[in-house]
Parts: sequence; structure tokens; C-alpha cells
Amino acid sequence: MAKFECPECGYIYDEADGNPREGFPAGTKWADVPDDWNCPDCGVRDKIDFQQVGG
Amino acid sequence: MPPTATPEFPSAEHHHHDHDDNPVELNQPETWHDPKRYAWLLGLIIPCAPFIAWALVELTGLGFFWYGGPLIVFVAFPIFDQLIGTDSENPPDSVLAWLEADKYYRYVVFAYIPLQYAGLVFACWQWAYGGLSGLESLGLALTMGTVSGIAINTAHELGHKREQSEKWLSKVALAQTFYGHFFIEHNRGHHVRVSTPEDPASSRFGENFYEFWPRTVWGSLKSAIEIENKRLARTGDGFWTWKNDLLQAWAMSVVLYVGLTAIFGWVVLPYLIIQGIMGFSLLEVVNYLEHYGLLRDTKDDGRYERCQPSHSWNSNQIASNVFLYHLQRHSDHHAHPTRRYQALRNFEEAPDLPSGYATMIVTALFPPVWRRVMDKRVLAHYDGDISRANILPRKRDRILKRYGGDKGGQSSGGQPSGGPQQPATAGV
Repeated sequence: MAKFECPECGYIYDEADGNPREGFPAGTKWADVPDDWNCPDCGVRDKIDFQQVGG
Repeated sequence: MPPTATPEFPSAEHHHHDHDDNPVELNQPETWHDPKRYAWLLGLIIPCAPFIAWALVELTGLGFFWYGGPLIVFVAFPIFDQLIGTDSENPPDSVLAWLEADKYYRYVVFAYIPLQYAGLVFACWQWAYGGLSGLESLGLALTMGTVSGIAINTAHELGHKREQSEKWLSKVALAQTFYGHFFIEHNRGHHVRVSTPEDPASSRFGENFYEFWPRTVWGSLKSAIEIENKRLARTGDGFWTWKNDLLQAWAMSVVLYVGLTAIFGWVVLPYLIIQGIMGFSLLEVVNYLEHYGLLRDTKDDGRYERCQPSHSWNSNQIASNVFLYHLQRHSDHHAHPTRRYQALRNFEEAPDLPSGYATMIVTALFPPVWRRVMDKRVLAHYDGDISRANILPRKRDRILKRYGGDKGGQSSGGQPSGGPQQPATAGV
């Protein structure tokens, strides 16, 4: 399970947790998150700006 | 080390983390004091406006003072802007994390909300039983409109935060203006599309406030519904669910309006509506002046360049900054939307309004004056090449002709050297 971080605000999308509020249940792969989705916290970085973190 | 006057604007390489990853000085620094720390309390004068108005009426016997709210915002604050002057000091980078973590600052913002609603109940009591004339009741409604409008600024500060409690308080503050959709559209719409023709809340060169008003009011509502609809389609709930943030927020407004009308009678309903319209119009006039004419370039890959300091109008007038929680340090706000107001910084390279927001709000209401003051500033900002501005489509040809930008057809020729608004790095 990979994690991806917003380079602006530090929000982390963890595939293990997903983001149910945004419509991505736990386990949703990053690849299945739409490209036009943007950071739910700061709103000013898009999915393609996110960077993979951790193992 | 002295405070840096011009903080480095974040590039693609610069990682900024508001909440973690920043071990520097979480204890109060010994060498730096926040000069505005207690000044923020002055912003609470606004929600006290109905009580101040009442006290002035009682003391002087003049019903005119029921218009106390507009008098404070449209007369007193512009004067304070001129008298008190400017402040471009920034907190040093090393104290930002500590400054943001200090809960005192958020309690100052929270305090707005109980005062706001105490004032609303007091106003309803006055409308119902205070023996006010029609004109006096109207004055009180406009006073309440300034309170509810600036409550949208309070909601704005809260709605950008990660904490659910602050997001909830944001909805509460918006209930009085029926503008619960604001915190959805603003965060996920306006911030994404700011200073582009796609953003209903960014005003265009040549567009006057009265033309902007219906476009932003309707466009923002439509955008909020689209954004929330998309989210709820992904969750599989569909629009008509209580998980819908819009329905939750509007329900608060319905409960508020119905409740106050049930308690105080039909007489208060027209005034509640007037104050609501006045309130969200005050927000929209602030929207009008924040990005007037400014346009982000399109990059080679077709995306807009990231929002830069050059895409917001700023001001360092102390009076307006204190009563709007540093909203005028707008470039830093767009760079770091989750950053708390007390830690927002001034950018030397960002374009400045000629005066504080309070003064410019009044200016915006008089379109010929606005254009006289602002159009030359937009032109100067783009080094005389108006084709680089966000221009009202209806007037585009006329404006290009007038400002000598008719060569704007081939935009490659319209790129002057040394222009200030190129992004430092293209996104990787």
C-alpha cells in the first residue's frame, strides 16, 4: 500500500485508508483516483503534483 | 537574525508543511514578539456593531446611528486606513510554526460567532418591539448585513482548516447569509481556478462590480453544486443525502430564519432577507477587488501556471488587515490556503492596491472611479501589454484597441522581456 503526499500542505493519501469522504474507500489504489482530483485540504495541488512517500 | 522582508515564494521544489515536519521553535521565541497579537481583538468590533449602534442612538437620540455598521465599514475604516498607515513586517520563517500552533489566535476568530448571533437576536428584538421607524429598521438591517458579510470572512478563515470542528463553525458563521455553499466553492473551485476566465469569483478587466455581482453569485452557486455533486457521485450517495455539505449548511439557514420568524413574527423576515443580501454582496465586492484583471499564463502542457504572488491584489493597510484577519495578504493566502491568518506574509513583488480593502470596497461601488484608479495599475502590472490581462470578453476588442494591444493576436510577440509573472519553475 503506497502513500502519496501533497507537496503544498502535507496531506497524505494512504491507499490503505483511502479517503471515504471523497469517494475513495479504504484500499483504493492511487491509480484509480481520477487525474483531475485535487488535494482535499488545500485545493491548490492536483493529483499529478503529489509525490510518493515512505516505503 | 532580522525578519526577512521578502519570503521566498514556494517553487515546485520547495516543500512546505504547516503542521508537521517542522521541528523549529515550537516554544515561544525569545527575540520576537507579534506586534499585532492583541490588535486582532479589534476585529470583534464588527459583530458588536448592532450594540454600538443602539448605544449611540440611546446616547444621542439620533436614529441615524442605526446605520452604524455601514458607517464603521464604509466611513470609519477607510479613514483609519489613511490615518494608521501600513505595515509590511513579516514574522521570521523560524517562528511560523509556533505562531500557527498558538491557539489564542483561533479563539479570537471563534469569538466572532457568538457575538454575531447575539447581535442578530438583539436586532430581531429591536425590529419586533423596539419601536423603530422603517428607515431605522432598514439601517439596522444594513448594520446586520455588515456583520453577516464580515462573518463570511470569519467563515473563510475557518473553512480552510483541516480540523472538522473549524469546518463546522465555518458553516455556522455562513448560516446568516444563506451562503453555506461558499466554503465548498471557495476551497475547491475558486482556489483552483483563481485568476482565470473560468473562475466566477475572479473579476475581469473592464468588468464593473454590478456586472460582476450576478456572474459571481450565480456562477459560484452553480459551481458549488457541481463540485458537491461530483463528490457525492463518487461516494455513491447522490446529491439528495444528509452527507451533502450544501444541504447541511442551507438547512442551518432555514432553521435560523424560520426560528427567528416564529419567535419574533413576520415583521423580521424582510429585514433578515435584506441583511442576508447585503452580507453576501459585501463578500462579493471583496472578491471583486482581490483579482481584478489578473490572469495566469497557460503552460506548454495546457495547464495554467501555478498561482503566483502576481495573481492577487494585496494591501498592507493596518486597519483593513486587522479587521479582515490579514485577508489582504492575499498572495500568501493563495500560495498556502491552509496557513492561519496570523502567519500570512507580505510579498514585495506582489501587486498592491492603492489603499486597504475597506477603501477599495467603496471605490468599487463607483465604477468610473474604480476604473480610473485600477485600470492603469493593471496595465502597469503587465508592462503595458493589456493582452496579458483577464479581459471582459464583451469589451475585449475595444480594450485591446484602446491600450494598443491590438497586436495581441499573436501572443508570442506580446511577451516583453523582464516580465515579473513567469513561474519560477514549470511543475514537474
